[in-house]
Amino acid sequence: MSASNAQSSSTAIRPKLSELFRAFVIVSISGFGGALPWARRMIVDQRRWMTAEEFNEAFALSQFLPGPNVVNFSVVFGSRFGGAPGAAVALAGLMGPPLIIVTILAVLYARFGDLEVLGRILAGITAAATGLLIAVVAKMATPLFGKRWDWAPLVAIAAFIGVAIMQWPLPLVFAVLAPVSVACAWMTR
Amino acid sequence: MNDNPLIALAGYFALLSLFAVGGANAAIPEMHRIAVEVMHWMSDRQFADSFAISQVSPGPNIIIVTLIGYHVAGLAGAAVATAAMCGPTCVLAFLVARTWDRFKEARWRIAIQAGLVPVSLGLIAASAFVLARSADHNIYAAAITAITAIVGFATRINPLWIFAVGGLLGLSGWV
Repeated sequence: MSASNAQSSSTAIRPKLSELFRAFVIVSISGFGGALPWARRMIVDQRRWMTAEEFNEAFALSQFLPGPNVVNFSVVFGSRFGGAPGAAVALAGLMGPPLIIVTILAVLYARFGDLEVLGRILAGITAAATGLLIAVVAKMATPLFGKRWDWAPLVAIAAFIGVAIMQWPLPLVFAVLAPVSVACAWMTR
Repeated sequence: MNDNPLIALAGYFALLSLFAVGGANAAIPEMHRIAVEVMHWMSDRQFADSFAISQVSPGPNIIIVTLIGYHVAGLAGAAVATAAMCGPTCVLAFLVARTWDRFKEARWRIAIQAGLVPVSLGLIAASAFVLARSADHNIYAAAITAITAIVGFATRINPLWIFAVGGLLGLSGWV
């Protein structure tokens, strides 16, 4: 185990692999509508494996990386405390229970998905979940659009138009906009 | 494109996992474009249903790829889609995590982080747009979306309550 390159946490409590696994299982099955608040509660408040600042720093890295944020976080956190085995164990704990549950739901949907009642319930949930996503966008946009009108809102609008209206492939939109946006950020700092 | 759906699933989702800045919510339009419009794996409604199921399931929302994979190719499809969506980004996360602290104050790192925020905002806004177009096919569904958006923005209510109310309104035939 390559624990030698893992940094020690200032809180000085180092979880064992089995504890890591159990912690991420609990985070995954509690985390309806986003696992972040649960991960923070477990890791910072209950187990004291990280300070709030260390957690924020690790999570900033997870958001900066592409792909699902909480999945990235499990890898970043697990590798910090247990190298590659730690990362694998944290990831398995996070993804294992949801995979089993969702596979069961997928089997049920394949069998009963045509039922009109189920369709109506899911349509109601989708309408509500879409509203919540709009709320997320509004919360993210407030600091970005509230300040002086600069390049950042223009990039956000361009990404929206490219993907939602023009329906261009995401890799294409990303390959054009990300370098422009990073260059703008570089020059305004 | 290859006829084997497992290869198509693996290819599309592995590529997508490397461009989805902002997580699962930012990847919805591209998943919709591929699954519904390009590959015709599922109908618009089946995609919206998969999104709803992924939202009410515990765990990361990226689990929607498991549902799409299962719909396309059964258990093997579910496994391949999930592994493809998580694999490349996990390897990247593992490699970057080892060197990250060294570059904490580096100017290029700060510029990349600041530059990606508006891109992911635009992508998540596009997700909301694509989902609204699938879900809000009448005035009542649109009203649920609008009210939920306001409640979600103004309060910190547990999303499960909002999903429960949305599901009940759907059940009672309003949507």
